[in-house]
Amino acid sequence: MNILYDERLDGELPAIDKAEVLADLQQAAPGLTLLHREEDLRPFECDGLSAYRVLPMLVALPETLEQVETLMKRCRALGVPVVTRGAGTGLSGGALPLEKGVLLVMSRFNRILDIDPDARIARLQPGVRNLAISEAAAPYGLYYAPDPSSQIACSIGGNVAENAGGVHCLKYGLTVHNVMKVEVITIEGERMTLGSEALDAPGLDLLALFNGSEGMLGVVTEITVKLLPKPETAKVLMASFDDVEKAGRAVGDIIAAGIIPGGLEMMDKLAIRAAEDFVKAGYPVEAEAILLCELDGVEADVDDDCATVRAVLEKAGATGIQQARDEAERATFWAGRKNAFPAVGRMSPDYYCMDGTIPRRELPRVLKGIADFSEEYGLRVANVFHAGDGNMHPLILFDANRPGELEQAEELGGKILELCVEVGGSITGEHGVGREKINQMCAQFNPGELTTFHAVKAAFDPDRLLNPGKNIPTLARCAEFGAMHVHNNELPHPELPRF
Amino acid sequence: MAQTRPQPTDQNISEALTERVRRATAESRPLRIVGGDTKAFYGRKVQGREIQGRPEEIETLSTREHRGITYYDPVELIVSVRSGTPLAELEATLADNGQMLGCEPPHFGTDATVGGMVATGLSGPRRPWAGSVRDFVLGTRVISHEGHQQRFGGEVMKNVAGYDLSRLMVGAQGTLGPITEVSLKVLPRPGASHSLRLEMPLADAQAKLAEWGRQPLPITAAAWHAGALHLRLEGGPSSVAATRERLGGDELDADFWTALREQTLDFFSRDDARALWRLSLPHNTPSLALAGVQKADLLHDWAGTQRWLRSDLPADIIREACARGGGHATCLGSREGPGQPDPFMPLEPVVAKYHRNLKAQLDPKGIFNPGRLYAEL
Repeated sequence: MNILYDERLDGELPAIDKAEVLADLQQAAPGLTLLHREEDLRPFECDGLSAYRVLPMLVALPETLEQVETLMKRCRALGVPVVTRGAGTGLSGGALPLEKGVLLVMSRFNRILDIDPDARIARLQPGVRNLAISEAAAPYGLYYAPDPSSQIACSIGGNVAENAGGVHCLKYGLTVHNVMKVEVITIEGERMTLGSEALDAPGLDLLALFNGSEGMLGVVTEITVKLLPKPETAKVLMASFDDVEKAGRAVGDIIAAGIIPGGLEMMDKLAIRAAEDFVKAGYPVEAEAILLCELDGVEADVDDDCATVRAVLEKAGATGIQQARDEAERATFWAGRKNAFPAVGRMSPDYYCMDGTIPRRELPRVLKGIADFSEEYGLRVANVFHAGDGNMHPLILFDANRPGELEQAEELGGKILELCVEVGGSITGEHGVGREKINQMCAQFNPGELTTFHAVKAAFDPDRLLNPGKNIPTLARCAEFGAMHVHNNELPHPELPRF
Repeated sequence: MAQTRPQPTDQNISEALTERVRRATAESRPLRIVGGDTKAFYGRKVQGREIQGRPEEIETLSTREHRGITYYDPVELIVSVRSGTPLAELEATLADNGQMLGCEPPHFGTDATVGGMVATGLSGPRRPWAGSVRDFVLGTRVISHEGHQQRFGGEVMKNVAGYDLSRLMVGAQGTLGPITEVSLKVLPRPGASHSLRLEMPLADAQAKLAEWGRQPLPITAAAWHAGALHLRLEGGPSSVAATRERLGGDELDADFWTALREQTLDFFSRDDARALWRLSLPHNTPSLALAGVQKADLLHDWAGTQRWLRSDLPADIIREACARGGGHATCLGSREGPGQPDPFMPLEPVVAKYHRNLKAQLDPKGIFNPGRLYAEL
């Protein structure tokens, strides 16, 4: 399964002379940093999905909005595709370059423009790191809630493009729930404001549409986010179970008791052992599953909730329950979970991280399915699960040096995602579609729905110049990959263009 | 799994609705899409184009018979509902299970439907703390202009596959197509609730709210009107009790919030001939300089981010003042008649252009609620 851009399936790209484009851009935007030599382009050949690499035609590193405007106008005039990149930590290849395209790198826009503690908002350039927002807000007792695991490095612009999540989504929402306003430059080089510092804005909710649009509708040049008061206290309970299904049921029982934990995470045996070997978090290595339940808020309420959750966990058959005694132990408990990916990485030369979501009630069925696939393919799978919001991260262990094993891992991953769709879930909870899940989109959406997505794209970028080939597959691709039902060898909607 | 009892009124008429859309597209005949028709005052009249000097004939497409809860599992915190389901019916089912809609939507009448809540996107007093209607929408089923039933989002909390068309439908007032079903995130009802009233001038209330906003206090509603700040505290019994003790004040009947949400307080009286304006402003915006406006003409809800104004000032004066403050103004309930201002604030030219582009793509024949949001949409 090769996911690199394929003009036969993904649409023809214009044949353009690199030297000509370079000369044009250099003349139009004299101060703009443009990289064009192979050794300078090399660091930008992939994002966090590093199994796939493409050398971009050119890399642009603008420092002013005027440069971005000019770049967009020239690229549109020349018909050159533009792939926008933030910090390059994305896991789905959303910023995978195009050989025939310019890679627009927004990392030099890295200033926090304003923090207003009374209005509880922060105005940011897109290259500001996620964690830097909370650090800057901390002196006011405020923080920015979404915390993807890459938060040390990932940028807020990329977070908007992917609608990034994290471990606190059930209670505090995704990026889309925490962004109030964005400034955009369109493919025509126009500036546009979506959203408002007020709680709503007139017209259609284009702000919601831009969140998670993977750089395909416009380039986000400024973001205003809401800040929340830091909870007075946060406490963590760790429960171990001798059966994964019991742990899954306990999650539902906690919610049924009327409690929405700040974080609710589950790990299976393989993940527990990997994490324990790596960070010595004090996890019970003999357990089949553990739950980490963080309760945050006002001290008195949190104490009440801890007592309730403890009782629920006991009733659900937990074999052991530990409450972190202090902040240091709380950090240790979380360290195991937050380092689960690198921990699993130590057990295997390579791993492939999946990102499906499911209705929580389907957890036992999906875990069983994953175990069966694991056996069928002879590849181990560790399971890390944002249990509160049904977002699974199965980690498939493989060795890319063994011929065919990457392809096997990808095929296994694809089956897991199709199983997620089958039980009513989604192929991606927070990592995005990018290039990685482009084929699985054909399983989640029918041709009519995909056509509607293409119509949305056409409203903002009729020439398909912004990040072409990402997020929404062409009908031709879906027909090729079989997930689309083709009757009598006739494609549905024969009148539609096949890119 | 499903904790809901089917109602005798439940029925799925999505096929019939889809057929109507197909026909309307074929005949280029505009549709006025309605649920309970309780929020018709919020927005423009649906208006077809003038053809040979005569306005186009408009058909009404009612979703009211398309009703019932199709999926509800309290443990998942998710409910899926057909759009014609009465809002009251949904809220009663959630309440039976100790849950609620976090956005506290206004009904404006017993016939209010779930579809109308989503199409208008109106939220109640809890909005600044819990989120708006759009924040709770997880998925929608809609009918496309070609007459296809389509599903976006779904019954999961996190889903970033494809563009977020579900949330785009919220507040679109049906201009992008009829919604047949929505999936919503629901919340547990708070363990404790207490409402109170503190006599204080507006400036003090604004300062207090800014200060409290930076603290983890269990406030879920805050409105200032007629010399008093009205607050609702909700959360765990311990924190509500502690905050109640700290803030003091007079006890306030919780019905106040229903009356505020449903606009049945005297302030909203239809006897007042002046237009009712909704001003949406950033947190901590000082009082707007509007000539002749008295304190009694204003009701500050949402901790001051949603201000209701009774005024006959020209629309552009009010709108300019709001825009200078970083917000916008909507005109509601001004008595029907010629010369009334457009309800919604005009869009910036570039934003308006992309509105038109989107409408042209998703509704090329202009059959879905034409003119309801803006004349050109």
